[in-house]
Amino acid sequence: MSVHAATADLTAPHAPTISRGADGPASVRIVVAYGFWIFLLSDIIMFSAFFAAYAVLSGETAGGPAGRELFNLRNAGIETLCLLFSSYTCGLGILAATKRRIGGFYLSFALTFALGATFLGFEIAEFAGMIALGAGPARSAFLSAFFSLVGLHGAHVTAGLIWLAFMVAQIAVKGPRDFVLRRLLCFSLFWHALDIIWVALLTLVYLMGAR
Amino acid sequence: MLGKLSWAAIPFDQPIPMAASVLVCVGMLSVLGLVTWKGWWSYLWREWLTSVDHKRIGVMYVLLALVMLLRGFVDAIMMRTQLAIAAGAAQGYLPPEHYDQIFSAHGTIMIFFVAMPFMVGLMNFVVPLQLGVRDVAFPVLNAVSFWLTAAGALLVNASLVVGEFARTGWLAYPPLSELQFSPGVGVDYYLWALQISGIGTLLAGINLVTTLLKLRAPGMGYMRMPVFCWTALASNLLIVAAFPILTATFAMLLLDRYVGMHFFTNDGGGNAMMFVNLIWAWGHPEVYILILPAFGIFSEVIATFSGKALFGYRSMVMATMAICVLSFTVWLHHFFTMGAGANVNAIFGIMSMIIAVPTGVKVFNWLFTLYRGRIRFEVPLLWALGFMITFVIGGLTGVLLAVPPVDFVVHNSAFLVAHFHNVIIGGVLFGGMAGFYYWFPKAFGFTLDRRLGAISFWCWLIGFYLAFMPLYAVGLLGMTRRMQHYADVTWQPYLIVAEAGAIVILCGIVATIAQIVVSIRTRERRRDRTGDPWNGRTLEWSTASPPPAYNFAVLPRVESLDAFWAMKQRGPIVPAQRYDPIEVPANSPNGFVTAFFAVVTGFALIWHIWWMAILGLACAALTLLGFGWIERVEHEVSGEKLADAERARLRTMEPA
Repeated sequence: MSVHAATADLTAPHAPTISRGADGPASVRIVVAYGFWIFLLSDIIMFSAFFAAYAVLSGETAGGPAGRELFNLRNAGIETLCLLFSSYTCGLGILAATKRRIGGFYLSFALTFALGATFLGFEIAEFAGMIALGAGPARSAFLSAFFSLVGLHGAHVTAGLIWLAFMVAQIAVKGPRDFVLRRLLCFSLFWHALDIIWVALLTLVYLMGAR
Repeated sequence: MLGKLSWAAIPFDQPIPMAASVLVCVGMLSVLGLVTWKGWWSYLWREWLTSVDHKRIGVMYVLLALVMLLRGFVDAIMMRTQLAIAAGAAQGYLPPEHYDQIFSAHGTIMIFFVAMPFMVGLMNFVVPLQLGVRDVAFPVLNAVSFWLTAAGALLVNASLVVGEFARTGWLAYPPLSELQFSPGVGVDYYLWALQISGIGTLLAGINLVTTLLKLRAPGMGYMRMPVFCWTALASNLLIVAAFPILTATFAMLLLDRYVGMHFFTNDGGGNAMMFVNLIWAWGHPEVYILILPAFGIFSEVIATFSGKALFGYRSMVMATMAICVLSFTVWLHHFFTMGAGANVNAIFGIMSMIIAVPTGVKVFNWLFTLYRGRIRFEVPLLWALGFMITFVIGGLTGVLLAVPPVDFVVHNSAFLVAHFHNVIIGGVLFGGMAGFYYWFPKAFGFTLDRRLGAISFWCWLIGFYLAFMPLYAVGLLGMTRRMQHYADVTWQPYLIVAEAGAIVILCGIVATIAQIVVSIRTRERRRDRTGDPWNGRTLEWSTASPPPAYNFAVLPRVESLDAFWAMKQRGPIVPAQRYDPIEVPANSPNGFVTAFFAVVTGFALIWHIWWMAILGLACAALTLLGFGWIERVEHEVSGEKLADAERARLRTMEPA
């Protein structure tokens, strides 16, 4: 019996070669980006637990310093500018990579890295200053929640910087091929998500806490 | 150099833990020895340890669950024996500090390493087959998820031999679980094991949500998905939404314990009740993460063995999604006695009762499916029927507990213990067993012995009632949970009956093991060549048993609900006209290697061996980066090969 002889009831005779398309499984690019979005949502939920803990504990200073004695809104403002602007340069880098303009990609990602590192530098300086004042994470429940929430975001930025460098290396060695661009897309989703979290953090921790 | 680790960590001076350690070590060494002696390592490595096939991973999850069920059951029968004898002047054979470890390990193991891998494994195996696709969205990530879960299980078992386990109950409430009151490594074993396996579960959830929403056979719209897929979707959405809370909560407790923070401590402004709130904001959805897939299994089993389409498919879907949403609105009923006030308690009490409504809808749908069906009393249906009666009783005592004044009376009593065992054994475990018996022929290509299966079911059912109905009574008489000894000797008769129940359940477990052994030995005459031994309704039955690595030679086109049933109604199944080559993902050691370093890191952190923790973490990170560098490897199955395989299969299906 020839392979082409019989009709199939298991599949309609007009069944297309199915690996993508609106009807049937989605394309790899859609699946990867979608899965990464779901991961980011779960990550945001993890942050929300730390936000909740901060909201509960922000008044529990145990005789130690409160937020308004510690927070420096000017620094927080510079940090915000760095992070938001780094998202813009990250977006430019993704556009450049998709259009195969490798020089533009390197420039944008170098800027993104520098801005992210500056943000991190400000945060580390802030933490070091507070610890030097005797306001470390073990001082009070408020400071535990503060260091954990802000530090968790900082850890994400650090991971993002490592990932950024790793993606630059992949572009340099492998070129802007499909699977590299998919990973780049995930990186940019991650980097933008850190902005969303930072905006919430700036509002709840710094703006409301510095009053 | 070795942190807190020394020879004192091995329990040489305690006979019972020492005997258990020796037993575990001998068991593991003999398995490893057997594998080496038989020369199975390369087969195991090639076909299982590095496999990224969702079916193999599903089988390994279920195997992990069944092995850990034995461990958890040993804990259970030890506790029951202790309570059967430790009345009045008698102190029993377990000292309090050991008894505390046993009930903590029992709860932790049964929820995280039995119920979870059982359900995740069945979903992993079945969902892609029911959706009519070739694998989950991220096959390599799937392997990582499984191996991280196995890593957590390994750490929990290591605590038996090296050191101790938590004495804090299965949720490790602070301040008891804080460093001040639990200075040993027990709580650290608990926390790191669950952090590692929790990440695995979260990744598995992300994977299956993406699979369910983005990868379905052509024509399978949402309202054509089998009910099990719907319940899997609800369950995995809950995993994605709830497990990050668990990770965050345990991270806070770890920060308290390791760097002296004050999230939940008595001093420094910490708030222990915040832990209880956060943990149950995960914990109550977790209950539904476990029970929803079980509901899906019962729906499939009852429809198949009634020979009818499921009654009220739409209402079943609605009920599932309603439970999915409502599950996040009831967590406070676990601690009505916190003292949040009458109004808060009233709201959560009412919400808890409301959640019984969609559950009731489901029970009636199952009843109406059975009504005037052509019922075949195969083993999976026995479990489903046992579930329907048992779970309704458990649900009703749950509604009782949802009334705050009643809860104040029976809070933390044996009544509560009876209630949650009633729903978890009668619901989740019976569901897992029904699914195990239902899909076993699909996974291995032969059926299981029916008589031994029925014996196992009846032992479990009768044993369950004997073991837990007395606990309701003794709870109402005033017995609190987690007691190693009691003064009131009038409780003893109840607890002796409960011990008898545990022994009957043991007979059920032995019957299951005997059934598997007998069936494997007689597998040649038990072969199912049709791929459809139960006259099934959904797409997993349309392919061979066991299914080929690519599941379907040609993706099926779905034109209605119960797609395979509709295909069978339209006439005999014949080969496709054309077979296109298929890309199958190649094996990857990523999961195994990552989990190995996770175990090293976890163990080092538990024992404060900092250099080893840093090394393990660095190696795990490098592993991930290494696998993140290479391109996804796939190998191709040619069209001719597919056509040959399919024609051979369809030939064997023809009636002789």
